[in-house]
This record gives sequence, C-alpha cells and structure tokens, in this order.
Amino acid sequence: MRTLRFLLRKEFRQIFRDKAIVAMIFFMPMVQLVLMPLAADYEVRNIDLSVVDHDKSPYSQKLISKIVASGYFRLTGYNASFKEAFGLIESDKADLILEIPHDFERNLIREDHEKLFVAVNAINGTKASLGGSYLGSIIGDFNADIRMQLVTPPRFSKFPVIDVVASNWFNPVLNYKVFIVPGILAILVTMVGGFLSALNIVREKEIGTIEQINVTPIKKHIFILGKLIPFWVLANIVFTIGLLVARFVYGIVPVGSLLTLYAFISVYLLAVLGFGLLVSTFCDTQQQAMFIMFFFMMLFILLGGLFTSIDSMPDWAKLITYANPVRYMIEVMRMVILKGSSFVDVLPHVGIVSLMAAILNGWAILNYKKTN
Amino acid sequence: MKQFLAFVRKEFYHVLRDRRTLLILFGMPIAQILIFGFALTNEVKDSEILVVDYAKDNASRALLTKIGSSRYFRIRQAALSHREILSTFQKGKIKAVVVFPANFNEDLLHHNKAQIQVITDASDVNTANLVANYLSSIILDYQNGIDATLEMPYRIIPEVRMLYNPQLKGAHGFVPGVMALVLLLVSVMMTAISIVREKETGTMEILLVSPFKPVLVIFAKAFPYLVLSLVNVTAILLLSVFVLDLPVKGSVPLLFAESTLFIVTCLALGIFISIKTASQQIAMLISLMGMLLPTMMFSGFLFPIENMPVPLQVISNVVPSKWFYIIVKSIMIKGLGLTALWKETLILLGMTVFLLLVSLKSFKIRLQ
Repeated sequence: MRTLRFLLRKEFRQIFRDKAIVAMIFFMPMVQLVLMPLAADYEVRNIDLSVVDHDKSPYSQKLISKIVASGYFRLTGYNASFKEAFGLIESDKADLILEIPHDFERNLIREDHEKLFVAVNAINGTKASLGGSYLGSIIGDFNADIRMQLVTPPRFSKFPVIDVVASNWFNPVLNYKVFIVPGILAILVTMVGGFLSALNIVREKEIGTIEQINVTPIKKHIFILGKLIPFWVLANIVFTIGLLVARFVYGIVPVGSLLTLYAFISVYLLAVLGFGLLVSTFCDTQQQAMFIMFFFMMLFILLGGLFTSIDSMPDWAKLITYANPVRYMIEVMRMVILKGSSFVDVLPHVGIVSLMAAILNGWAILNYKKTN
Repeated sequence: MKQFLAFVRKEFYHVLRDRRTLLILFGMPIAQILIFGFALTNEVKDSEILVVDYAKDNASRALLTKIGSSRYFRIRQAALSHREILSTFQKGKIKAVVVFPANFNEDLLHHNKAQIQVITDASDVNTANLVANYLSSIILDYQNGIDATLEMPYRIIPEVRMLYNPQLKGAHGFVPGVMALVLLLVSVMMTAISIVREKETGTMEILLVSPFKPVLVIFAKAFPYLVLSLVNVTAILLLSVFVLDLPVKGSVPLLFAESTLFIVTCLALGIFISIKTASQQIAMLISLMGMLLPTMMFSGFLFPIENMPVPLQVISNVVPSKWFYIIVKSIMIKGLGLTALWKETLILLGMTVFLLLVSLKSFKIRLQ
C-alpha cells in the first residue's frame, strides 16, 4: 500500500510537471465540447432548391412560393433548362431540382392528373430522403389545396384520412444540441483517458526509465494500479467539467441521478484506461501505440451509435459494437441524462463494462513483463 | 541531389525495418474503409418499435402487417399504460411507440377519420426523425390504398429521381469522407512524430550539424511517408471499386494527382506541428486529440457544413479534409474534371505552400 502511495505521488508529479500536457488535458476537450455541438446539426433545412419552371402558370408560381414559404428550402436557382439546373447540382449549389412540365396547370385540370419531376442529389442519403419527403408532403398539401378549390366538399369527405398524432419524448422540440452534447462528452472523456494511458508505459519503455521500475521489487498489479489511478482521477475531473459545460453553456441538466452516472463512469473509465494500458504493454514505440489507439478510437467513435444508428448496421458490425465500450457510454449518457433512467435500467451496461474492465486490466497485468 | 537520394534511402530503410508499424500503417486504413464502408448508413432499418393496439380490428391489423413487412421496423406488441411506456423507453432498445386507439376501424369506415399516436424517443434525434418519417409515409400509403375504387381527382404525381446514388447507399458519402479523414490523420501523425522523435532522442542535432541542408533533412524524412500514403490510396481505391461497388466516374490520374497534393498538404501540416512541439507526446495529443473530432465534424461527410453557424463555417475552411472530401466525391461519384475543381485544388496548394513557408521560417530561427 505504501509503495502504491509513492508510485502515485511520482505519477502525479510527472503529469503535472508538463504544463503543456495539463493544458491539453483540460483545455482542449472543453473547447471542443463548446464548439463541436454547434457543428453537429443534422436537422435538414436550408435545402438548396433549383426550379425549372416550363409552365410559368399561376399554379406553378403558387407551388413554388408555397415550397419556399415552408422554411425548409432555399431557392438558389431559377433555371431555364434541366441541364442548367444539373450544373448547380454538380457544383453543390443545389441539392434538389424541381421541374414543372409545360402545360402543368392545363393538364392537371383537363386530364385530372399531371406529373412533376424531382431530381435529388443522393450522395448524402439523409438529406436526399428527408428533402425528397418534405418536398413530397408540400406538393401533397398543395394538391389538397387545389382540390379544395375545384371540388365540392361533400365529395371530398369520401376519402378516409388517418391522422398521425406525433409526439417526441425527452426532447420535444428535437433540439440537436441536447442529443449531441452528452455524446461528444462521452467521446472526449474516452479520448483523454485512452490516449494518455496508451502513451504512458510505452513512453517509459522508450526513454528507458522502465528499467528502473523493473529492477525494484514492485508487484506488477501495483505498478498497473499506479498508472491507472492518476488517469482515472484526471478523466473524472474532465468528465465533471464537461457536465458543468453541458449545464451552463447548453442548459442540459441531467434528468436522472448523478450518482448513477458516476457509478457507471467510474467503471467505464477503468475499462478504457485498461485498454490503453494494454495497448501500451504491447507496443515498443509511442508511435505504434498512437496508431493503434487511433485505429480503435475511430472504430469506437464511428461505431458508437452517435453519428449513425447501430440498428441499421449489418449484423457483423452490430457484433463489433457489443465489444465497443463507447457504445455503452453513449447509451448510458442518453439514458440517464435525457431520459432519467435509473440504476436498475443501466445495470446491464454496468455489468458488461465491468467485465471489460476486469478482462482488459487483467490482461494488461499479465502482458506487462518485468524482464525483456 | 545524390546526397538527398541517399538520405531518402536511409529513411526508407528506417520505415521499412519496423515491420509492426508498417503493418499498422497499411492494415489500418484498409480495415477502416471496409468496416465503415459497409457499416455506416444514414438510413434506419430494423428499428424496434412497440405497438399498443387497443383496437385489434381489421384495419389496425392490416396496417401493422404493412409496417412489419417493411425492412425499417421490428414490431413488439404489448398493452401498456402511459407510465409503462415511459419505463420502456428508459430501458433503452425501443425507438418509438405506436398507439392505435379503440375503434380504429370504425372511425375510419364511418367517420372517414381515425387517429394514430406515434411517440418517438427523441433522445436520439436522428433516429426519431427518420423513424417518424418512415412511419408516416407507410401510414399515408395505407390510407391511400384503403379504397382502390376511389380515385382522387386532380392528382399531382411527383416523379422522384435519385441522382448519383439511386439505392441511397451510405458508402457513397462515407467512403470519400473516411478517406479524407484517415489519410489526413495518418500522414500528419507520421511526420509529426518522426521528426519530433529525432529531437527528443537527440539525433536531430547530429543531422543538423552535418553538411546537409536542414530543409532537405525534413523533406527526406517526409518522402517515404508520401510513397506509403500513395500505396494506401491505391489500396483504398481498389477496395472501394471492387468490394464496395463505388464508381470512379472521373479520371483516375486526376484522382491520384489530387491525392498526392492532399497528402503533401498533410505532411506539411505534420512538419509544422513537429517543429512547433517539443515532445512526441504533445505532438501526438495535438494531432489526435486536437484533430480527430474537428476533422470528423468539419469535413462535411457527417454533418452538412451549410447548417453550421457562420463562424464555424469559416473555421471549416482551414480543415484540409473538407476540400479533399469535395474533390474525391466530385471525381469518383460525380465524374467531374479539373475545370470544376480548380478552386479546391488551389486552396490545398495554398495551404501547403503556407505551411511549408511558416515551418521553414521557424525552423531556421531554431537553428540560430
């Protein structure tokens, strides 16, 4: 126990001696936590629309102004031909083209039906499908307006209508920040913990100081604990500051209990730090350790369910996500902070992450060899 | 020149000798392109939804079958109260709850108007949005098909064509994005670390006192990484075309020329970082902690840049990946040529020149 205390004192001193690193640990995540959520906005609005109106009738004019008035679309081009409008799509100045055929109004009234052409830049799937469906529903509304004008109401009521009453729980106005801030905080805490711990042992290997530890009668698990605890403390502080930023900058107050949140995070950090230390025991150079961490960090982040949904991944990728600690962290953040889930609700997550922590740290201890 | 080549050769040996690092350098980008190319999509499918059916009549059952047969949803049924719905959401899993009120069929038949309640778990806004959208379009579809004999008058029929990506595959947007992200980080880290490492271990001094120009030392160090990265680009492109079924509609030589330019920009950025920092640890924290998330966000492949607040849009302009993402997307998927991309190309070129000039300047100061 006394050895551990001395080790800890040494490690803390080592960390705090390097002012640049300390600044990086505390400052960089916070700047990112303040800025990044502003950039993460998927809400589909400002869809750039280019219109090719061959008809130029009162109806086509009315349709266009209805679309613009909806607030989702920005009219960025009013072109004479489809080809011209397509040029705007190529240069990313338009996302959607609406082509209104000649005699649109005349055909609609005479023939009882008429087509409209919509072309969507579908490289970005979400924007394409949501943009397309918004435009579709506006056209549907416009269609209904016209019918109201032209058809006598009694005949109209023959059509059954299903009214969808939608409500969004936990985030009624679909505020993007509320959804993304806890996720980004989860990622930042993981990065701080993961990178620092991964670099640590391998750094001592590279500069040779590990030899001195190896010749002392320190037990392996004490050594690993000595490495683990300082980063655990630091990461907890970063997490706490992050919660404060979430609260005072973004107004996000956890609905659930902070105790549950900290209970989870303390186990979670053990898993992440254990992973970093394990990588560290495997590598010979800091460069290798960094590249390996970079690889896993990208996997963890992009397969964490924050940016794209896990449900929609293929089965083999879903399997990978079960071994992804960040996935559980993001889920728990959402559950406790936004939905107010209780400790019992997140218990399965705590269980899995504890198991990860045990395996990773055990493995790190086994893999750390005192002799070369 | 001969001297320079000898130096480059030395650096190559350095890099090639370290088999483990080499394996990581090649294996990593390839694995990432494959995993992300297949796994990331902006769609939602197989979402678990909970149905509370108080009606249990023909109409509700028919609509349920329709919802269940779409690939978007997996249905679980239960009779729950409002409170129980809350606790189901709190346990995780369920993305939305659909409630059919009693007398659904009757209302529909006799009053021509029935209600369905859709509650989404909006703690995940993305999924909630998509799920609600899919659900209402399925319901609308059902509604329009209830009575086939009734044909609406004055129908406007929108014909929608999806350009470039008719099947709405995720890979079309994500692969160029991951490419821009991975190439940047790998190139920046490699140079940043390798130069600062010489500083840290003290070998830099030896190189600097040699009669060889210090600038050339740096270039010679960066050169093998350029070659490595180009091999990576080749591997990534082969995978994209043959495994992920992405097109390369534009010119392949142009794509390689632009990739070379982008890699040089990233190497220059790495050189800049390594000259400004004192230890590998700081260099790595800057290039990883400091750059991973921002490049991910500002490249434009995860979030549309035009949605961001103006100051962030301005910031996004200094992220080289943003420009490379536009370039790769345009050449591969849209099939555009240099005439359409001269602006992006010039910006990358300008960044490179700027970074190299600033680096060289501070490098000289350090020597005096």
